[in-house]
Amino acid sequence: MLAFFTELANWITFTLLGLSPSSKLGDAIHFFIEDTTKIFFLLVVMIYFIALLRASLNIEKVRDYLARKNRFIGYVTGSVFGAITPFCSCSSIPVFLGFTSAGIPVGITMSFLLTSPLINEVAILLLLSLVGWEITLLYVLVGMAVGILGGVFLDLIRAERMLQPFALKAYQSATATMSVTATMSATTTEASATETIMSSTETNASTMSFRDRHDFAKRELMDIFSRVWKWVFIGVGLGAALHGYVPMSWLEGNLGDGQWWSVPLAVLLGIPLYSNATGVIPIMESLITKGLPIGTTMAFCMSTVAASFPEFILLKQVMTWKLLAIIFALLLLSFTVIGWILNIIH
Amino acid sequence: MKQVKVLGSGCNKCVKTAELIKTIAAENEVPVNVVKETSAEIIMQYGVLSTPAVVINEVLVHSGSIPDKKKIQSWF
Repeated sequence: MLAFFTELANWITFTLLGLSPSSKLGDAIHFFIEDTTKIFFLLVVMIYFIALLRASLNIEKVRDYLARKNRFIGYVTGSVFGAITPFCSCSSIPVFLGFTSAGIPVGITMSFLLTSPLINEVAILLLLSLVGWEITLLYVLVGMAVGILGGVFLDLIRAERMLQPFALKAYQSATATMSVTATMSATTTEASATETIMSSTETNASTMSFRDRHDFAKRELMDIFSRVWKWVFIGVGLGAALHGYVPMSWLEGNLGDGQWWSVPLAVLLGIPLYSNATGVIPIMESLITKGLPIGTTMAFCMSTVAASFPEFILLKQVMTWKLLAIIFALLLLSFTVIGWILNIIH
Repeated sequence: MKQVKVLGSGCNKCVKTAELIKTIAAENEVPVNVVKETSAEIIMQYGVLSTPAVVINEVLVHSGSIPDKKKIQSWF
């Protein structure tokens, strides 16, 4: 089915514009047209259908679910929910505080927040259609491993001590109430009290009609699309430039053996570059076909998506600088190690 | 006079929500006082997980998106 987009790009580039398939410009334009049309088509169709399915999943349910889980399953489920729950990065502070004040350990909350930008349905879909299922699977496994292990590590070092005082207080009073209610075998917490207020105003999930789901999906589609369309253009544009103008021999000759220093360099390069997963995946496609080793490519892409200063500065409202620095260093280190491992085993 | 608070970290959607509420209140000739609340600590106290959220006379009525027109009208 997706071959249609190759045909379309062939027709526009070589027939309509009369460019030669062997020219650099022709190559770059062909890549650009094929990828943008394909990505936009997939985005519209898939965002809509996935939103239909998950219309009844919301962040309040995730919180209640995670609050009941035991710790070790918690990291894994936190990471899984991070991948499938839609949420905008501007909500990361309320989410962090909402989870914390429901007594969810900081590590589990961070498993959720670290996985969230790395993996989402749009990213998975683009990976599947642009780089194949093996790399997609690898990307998802690596992304979840970062989220899960990152969360475990943060709880091991007792990261909650490094929260801002008001957040720490909220966490402590929640865990205190939890142990009290446990002994009294009562389950009403502060969180479920606010839940009742919310559920009276929100559509009840179990009675959600198709009409409600359709409305939700339409809103989601417009919301996500308006956020990512420019990243598609930027990402595919850069990918196309790489594809057409950077000679195969250069990348392969200089970085093709997965020289050890190329991985940390790729991670560092990714920090000032800020993009979401949608923008970086077309670049990833281009780098891989140019012969850049998979570990180096993965390290670069994950660093671009997950380690960005603007989002980290936001977290300052709830964390101390020390904790922020630890999390940042942790991310950079894990992307580097992952890059090395992938380069060795590949 | 209704006291309306729009909770959110100052993102674009929160600004739009506040403006929309003001416009619709004016259309319905309902006197309102709309304030934007950006402090993380206060947002937490309302138990809100996704912003923008709307609080009217200290009761949380909406969260997670720009509310649609019909919903805003139902508040007035």
